[in-house]
Amino acid sequence: MKIAVPVKFVPDLVEELTIDPSGAALDATWLRLIINEFDDHAVEQAILLKERGGGQVTVMTIQSEGADDFLFAAAAKGADQLIKLTGDFNNANNHALARIYADLLKESKPDLIITGVQAHNDLDGSLGPLLAEYLGLPYVGYIAGLTVTGDKVVARKEYSGGLVAEVEVTLPAVFGIQASEQPPRYIAYSKIRQVMGTAKIEEKPIASLDLSGGTPISRMFQPEVSERATMLEGGTEEVADKLVAIFKELGTL
Amino acid sequence: MSQDIFVVIEHLRGLVSETSYVMLAGARQLSKSTGGNVTAVLLGQNAQDLAKNLAADKVLYVDHAVLAEFTSNAYQVALAGLIKEYSPRAVLLGHSSIGMDVAGGLSVKLGLPVVGSCRTFTADGKFVSQICGGKIMAEGDLPGPTALVTMVPGGYKAEQGKSNQAPALTNIPAPALDGLRVTLKKYIEPDTSDVDISKEAMLVSVGRGIQNKDNIELANELASALGCAVSASRPVVDQGWMPTTRLVGKSGKTVKPKIYLALGISGAPEHVEGMGDSQVIIAINTDPKAPIFNIAKYGTTVDMFDLLPVLTDKVKKAK
Repeated sequence: MKIAVPVKFVPDLVEELTIDPSGAALDATWLRLIINEFDDHAVEQAILLKERGGGQVTVMTIQSEGADDFLFAAAAKGADQLIKLTGDFNNANNHALARIYADLLKESKPDLIITGVQAHNDLDGSLGPLLAEYLGLPYVGYIAGLTVTGDKVVARKEYSGGLVAEVEVTLPAVFGIQASEQPPRYIAYSKIRQVMGTAKIEEKPIASLDLSGGTPISRMFQPEVSERATMLEGGTEEVADKLVAIFKELGTL
Repeated sequence: MSQDIFVVIEHLRGLVSETSYVMLAGARQLSKSTGGNVTAVLLGQNAQDLAKNLAADKVLYVDHAVLAEFTSNAYQVALAGLIKEYSPRAVLLGHSSIGMDVAGGLSVKLGLPVVGSCRTFTADGKFVSQICGGKIMAEGDLPGPTALVTMVPGGYKAEQGKSNQAPALTNIPAPALDGLRVTLKKYIEPDTSDVDISKEAMLVSVGRGIQNKDNIELANELASALGCAVSASRPVVDQGWMPTTRLVGKSGKTVKPKIYLALGISGAPEHVEGMGDSQVIIAINTDPKAPIFNIAKYGTTVDMFDLLPVLTDKVKKAK
C-alpha cells in the first residue's frame, strides 16, 4: 500500500502578525512558518497505518523554512520517501499547490492520500478536496481514524456535538485529517540527527507556479472589537482576589 | 446566470444545523447588494419538512435515497448539477464537516472560485473572512461568476434565518447517483458515560497554554475547589491529555455556562463556536493579543502557573 502525505507550512500564530504595506497580505518579513498542525496529524496517521498494515509512506512538502527538519523528523518516525518541491512559491494559493501535488501524485499513484483537513490561512478552500478533484478521486474530511481492508477504507468522520460517522470509501481516495488516532509522536533530536545521515530528501524543481483559482483579497486587517475584556490589573495575589470576588458575585462560589 | 444566493442546508439525522440558519441570515444580507433571491437547497429523502422554517424565498428540493444522509460524493454530484443549471451568484455552504467536503471539489470540477472561512458580507457585497485563528480578517470582492462560499458561524444570528412561514418548495429531479465511492455505514453516538459539560454551571477550561498533561492537575484542583468540571479545547484533546467527552468547540460540545474560565485558550473560531454564548467568559492568557480577549468579559495576562495555586487556595478559603 502506497500512502502519500502532502503538507503545507503556515504562519506561526504565536508570533505577532502584521499586514504589509499593500494592506492586502501578511508581512512576510517577520513571518515565522511552522508545519500546519493538521498535517502533522496526517503524517502520524500515515505512520500508524504503515505500522498496522505495512506499506510505503511518502511525505511531500514545498520548500520552506523548517521543511528539511520536518521531513527528517518524518523519516525518523518511519516515512520511507521524502520529497521537497523547490522553486518560487510566492503568493502560492491552495489551488496552485493542489495542482503541483496532483502532477506528482499522478505519476506515483498512491492508494491513499492523507493531508490535514484544513489550515488556518486557507482562503480558497482546503488542500485535500482540491487535490482530490484534480486527481478525480473521492474525498472525505474531518477524519479521526482510518481502517484499511483491501481496497476499502472505513473512515471515522467527525460532526459537531461529538457525533461520529463511519464512512466507507473505495480506494484510491484522499482523506482530510482532523486528528490522528494517537497524538503525533515525539521524536528526540538525536534520532532525527541520526536519520539525517542516511535519509535523503529528493528535491524536485517546479517549472512555474500557476496561481489561477486563488481568491483575490483587497484588504486585510485585525478584527475590530466592539468590547474588549476588562483586564484585571495587579499581581498574582491581587488578580486571584478579584477572580474570587467575580465568582462570588456571579453565584458560582 | 442569476443574482440568486443559494444556501446549501446542512442536516443530519433529521435536524437542520444552526449554521444553516446563520447562512440564510448571511444570504439575506448579501442578496440586498446582488438584488437576487435567497434560495435554500435541500438534499434528502422525505425531508421536505426540514424546509418549513427556513427564511428563504424558495426551496429547491432534491429527493433521493442516497441523499438521505450526507456523503461527500453524492452531495457533490447533486450540487454540481444544480449550480450548472441555475448559475447562482453565490452558493453558501458551511465551513464544516459537510460544506468543506464538497466546496473544493465543486470549485475544481466547475472552475468556480471558493471563499473560505467567510464570516460576514459588507453592505456593498464584499466577503469578510476570518483567518489565522481569528487574528486576521481578509476582505475582497465576491469573485464570479458563481462564488462558492464556506461560512463560519458568529457573523449572523441563527434566529434571523428562521421563519414561521414555510417557503415555496420546488421538487427537482435527482441526477444519476450511481458509481459512488463514498457510503455511510453508521453513526456512532457520543459517549455519555462521562460528566456532561454542557450541563455545568461553571467550567474551568484548558487550552494549549497548559503545556503538558501533568499541568492539567492544576485545573482539576481549581475545579474541584469550585465544585465544577474541567473542559478543554481541541489541541488538549488531540494530545490525549483530556478525553473527547470534555471537548468544547466545533467538533465537540456547545456549552453556555454561567462562567467559562478559559486557561491558556487562544480563542480560535473553532473553539468560540462551542462557548461563545457563555454568560461570562474570563480569559487567562499571557498573550495580550489572543482573540479570546475580544469575547471575554474579564481577562488577565498573569501567568496561569503562578495564578492557579494561589487562586485555588483562595477559593478554598472563601467557601
